[in-house]
Amino acid sequence: MKNYKNIIAAYSVMIFLILLVGVFQSWSIALTILNYCLISAVMTIGANIQWGYAGLINFGIMGYTALGGLAVVLISEAPVLEAWEAGGLELVLCGFVILIMIILIKLLVSRFKQSKNKKYIISFVIVTGLLLIRLISSPAIESIESIDPAKTGFLGGLGLPVLFSWIIGGLFAAGLAYIVGKVALGLRADYLAIATLLIAEIVISVIKHEDWLSRGVKNVIGLKRPAPYEIDLQNSQWFVNLVENFHSTKLNLINSFSERQDSLNQLVIDASSIYVKLCFTGLFLGVVILLLILTQRALYSPWGRKMRAIRDNEVSASAMGKNIVKEHLLIFVLGSAVVGLAGAMMVTNDGLFTPGSYRPMRYTFVIWVMVIVGGTGNNFGAILGGFVVWFLWVQAAPIALFLINLFTTHLPETSEIRVHLINSAPYFRFLIIGIGLLIIMRYRPQGILPEKIVKH
Amino acid sequence: MDFLNAIILICNYTILPALTYGSQLALGAIFVTLIYGILRFANFATGDMMSFGTMFSVLLTYYFQSIGISFGILPTALLTIPFAVFMMIFYMLTIDKLVFNYYRVKKSPPVQLAMVSVGVMFVTQAIIRIIIGPSDRRFLDGEKFILKASEFKEMTGLNEGLTIKTTQISTILITIAVVSLMFWFLNKTKTGKSMRAYSDNEDLALLSGIDPKKIVLITWIIAGILATIGGILYGLDKSYRPFVYFNNMLPIFAAAIVGGIGNPYGAFLGGYVIAFAEIFLTYAYKKFFVYLLPDFLEPSSLVQFLSTDYKFAISFSILVIVLLFKPSGIFEGKKI
Repeated sequence: MKNYKNIIAAYSVMIFLILLVGVFQSWSIALTILNYCLISAVMTIGANIQWGYAGLINFGIMGYTALGGLAVVLISEAPVLEAWEAGGLELVLCGFVILIMIILIKLLVSRFKQSKNKKYIISFVIVTGLLLIRLISSPAIESIESIDPAKTGFLGGLGLPVLFSWIIGGLFAAGLAYIVGKVALGLRADYLAIATLLIAEIVISVIKHEDWLSRGVKNVIGLKRPAPYEIDLQNSQWFVNLVENFHSTKLNLINSFSERQDSLNQLVIDASSIYVKLCFTGLFLGVVILLLILTQRALYSPWGRKMRAIRDNEVSASAMGKNIVKEHLLIFVLGSAVVGLAGAMMVTNDGLFTPGSYRPMRYTFVIWVMVIVGGTGNNFGAILGGFVVWFLWVQAAPIALFLINLFTTHLPETSEIRVHLINSAPYFRFLIIGIGLLIIMRYRPQGILPEKIVKH
Repeated sequence: MDFLNAIILICNYTILPALTYGSQLALGAIFVTLIYGILRFANFATGDMMSFGTMFSVLLTYYFQSIGISFGILPTALLTIPFAVFMMIFYMLTIDKLVFNYYRVKKSPPVQLAMVSVGVMFVTQAIIRIIIGPSDRRFLDGEKFILKASEFKEMTGLNEGLTIKTTQISTILITIAVVSLMFWFLNKTKTGKSMRAYSDNEDLALLSGIDPKKIVLITWIIAGILATIGGILYGLDKSYRPFVYFNNMLPIFAAAIVGGIGNPYGAFLGGYVIAFAEIFLTYAYKKFFVYLLPDFLEPSSLVQFLSTDYKFAISFSILVIVLLFKPSGIFEGKKI
């Protein structure tokens, strides 16, 4: 129990802070923050698997998150049959062309081992393949995108349950990670950071501009959700009764019937949104706990010890006969899959997919700050980092506003400096996060909850 | 005649813009490469540092305009360069003293320094947004064009006009001047040579009595000059917006790595490689072929390899290809 004192203390503080938000701002806001904290926690678990266990820098978290989000669209949206009729066949054909290209290149690589012309033949295959795809796909894409562009204009998805898409989101991310890992994992740490960041940018720009696939910057709204809708709850008798019972003392104080009905309606509306958020919280909490159990078991298994050995000294680990390349690839794929899962969860929570919103600041660097602040190599730490940093990220503006008002009380209400500072309060979140990161890196480089090595 | 028209068209829409954009990238890439080669970390605050210098130039330009100082037909912002550079160097040295120095003395691994630079990135971004705000700002004044399309058409009698913007010419000329001065400094002066020695082999350089503090100081000074000038030129050519500067960090990194990180010559050329690739691959060549080819061969489509949406993606793909086949960069990195 003594070992867990720090963890319990840190988490209690965090829960207390969220409760404070509930009491002073509103329970709805508190739950929104909590849900995002849980999603961030899943992302940090993923990043921590890569950075904490194996020392791999992945600045491409943004790309995996977006792919997870795309999976939600592709799995849960209803298919657009007209679009499939208009151009589905051609696009499937393009898929075949790509497949043939890959097989051909594989064959060429294995057949001509030493041929000088190999490079030229392969580039010829690639170029003709690309031209062929361009030729087949461009009219098809045009006709798909022209079908009711205000509402659809894309192929749609498969119409399957949304929870299933979470798994697929993880698989998508894992697939991308496999390719990226094959390409980039041999690079030195800082090169790897840059390369993964830029590959993620490529992924984002494809998602953003291939309208037939993801509707691009037109966004996909009204995605399915695994929780009931507010409006259904408000119309169902059992829910109204529940709210009535819950608030019975407060409602009994009101004498007039119409006033009582009005306040009941208001309460039901509030309660329905809280109920939906609670459903999500339960779901996310389940995922986080499941992941925590799995990662915790993995970390203290022989496999986890092997990963730490590789992280701490690659040379000696490889001298002991560990296949470093394979292990790195495996852990890269696993971590990215978790990040993809988080991306799918986030899109489900929002109910909309906005490719334009995936920016490196929010989806790579902030997540990294979470991992570093929380504690690298410690799963509890990573989750805590997700909570703390997300809480600060959201609450920085109110805190900054409070501080500005405190320090500028001697200035007149209309003073230019004061007005300017109050207007720029939202940007203090960058300052708080940045300074927080610098202080942690300097004085507690292992994070709030440092890595614990269990000796066997 | 058609042939000349085609050439002018290409010059006007691809070569001149690519040279300009390439120069701006090149300045940034040399900045990245110097920090990487001498201070030994990937600086993720690159874009924001450039933005920081430019911010002072924007503010000073507004101030100069308000008291009536101008630079004739050239943009007033060019007058503010020395002041902005001074502020930038001051900021960089402060950050170095407060943040980077500690890790350098401790000989932390480069990854840790890169992480720290992410922290610096956050702080710099916050300072910029608090001071000047996130909105788009134009601070270009003076004559906008050196040569207008209509004038060129009258002069030559061609169908296609060539426009030369003041910002394009000043960007190219200033880049050439700054970069040649820097190469002269690195190759011919004693301090420059000691910087190269330090970059090649730190321990050996220290043994032969090179003062590391002085090297670091000079590196930040050169970096400050490059970052500020690169930023100001980019801002004059397009416009100043903090978010865009942050994003520019990515093609700049691509340029530095493509050229071989740690190698200023490579970075300089890498900037142009990235710029030319971006613009050549996204330009629609339809009109060009209409001029060149006989009537029956004229293309019906736009003859565009990739839509302009993929501009950034191109530079990153080049980077990935280079990393795959020649990880040390086209021009061999880690030398200075």
